[in-house]
Amino acid sequence: MSTPIAFFLVVSAALFTIGTVGVMVRKNALVIFMSIELQLNGVNLALVAFSRLHGNLTGQVLTFFSMVVAAAEVVVGLAIIVYVFRRRRTANVDDLSVLKW
Amino acid sequence: MSADLIVFWVSAPICVGSAIAMLFEKNAVHAALLLIINFFTIAVFYLVLDAPFLFAVQIIVYAGAIMVLFLFVIMLLGVDRDEELTERLRWQRPAAVLMGIGVFAELVFAIRAGVGFSTNGVRAFAETANRGGNTQALARSLFRSYFFPFEATSILLIVAAVAAMVLAHRQRRAITRAEQAQAAGTLAEAEAAP
Repeated sequence: MSTPIAFFLVVSAALFTIGTVGVMVRKNALVIFMSIELQLNGVNLALVAFSRLHGNLTGQVLTFFSMVVAAAEVVVGLAIIVYVFRRRRTANVDDLSVLKW
Repeated sequence: MSADLIVFWVSAPICVGSAIAMLFEKNAVHAALLLIINFFTIAVFYLVLDAPFLFAVQIIVYAGAIMVLFLFVIMLLGVDRDEELTERLRWQRPAAVLMGIGVFAELVFAIRAGVGFSTNGVRAFAETANRGGNTQALARSLFRSYFFPFEATSILLIVAAVAAMVLAHRQRRAITRAEQAQAAGTLAEAEAAP
């Protein structure tokens, strides 16, 4: 393998940044959630790249756990979005301002 | 130019391009499909980085299960209409893009300072860390060093499944005793009629 590890880290940084901008710019709760998934994947890629850089499997194990947590998070998050949609008939985060002071 | 470098330079533009396209895509279904492309390219990166087990998990769990769940919810809610683009805070979008550029520059600077753009991974990764196969080595690490966190994630998954059921369960109107009696009465009448 001759690809410098930093290349993967730059891609992962780009994915994380795009995810962050997506969370702040988008209005649809589902797309915001997808952007969070993008951020998680960026971090996972960085962990696997670091695992390859240092020559041990700790990063890969951590990525494995991160995927499990992401799966649990998606299940609960989507259930909340479905619940909110059922009550308010909207998935637009701008319309959900009841908790705002 | 070695094979993995070619694979990287083919996958990386698709990866970042699909992510940026997702950012600008107004239709939620198209955004989800672009995200699936993105997850597949990340799986390719895992393969290049000598993590074949995570490659399989990425495709099965992320591109398969999680994104199907997303698409399912998009269809269920019927929010596949185009998103309205009117902004309540006019400066929010440029501020977000500016901050994104700042974060990216900072991260690249940190990578350059911490790792360097010419550092390669350790040699003979397959013989040392991945000894006896990546899946076997990962299982060894998982069930010896990280056994307690592994069991904790199983609790987490159970709690998440129960939470999803509680949240998504539609509360049926409780049938009162009077309605029950009435229903039984009409049933008895109907039986007596013929």
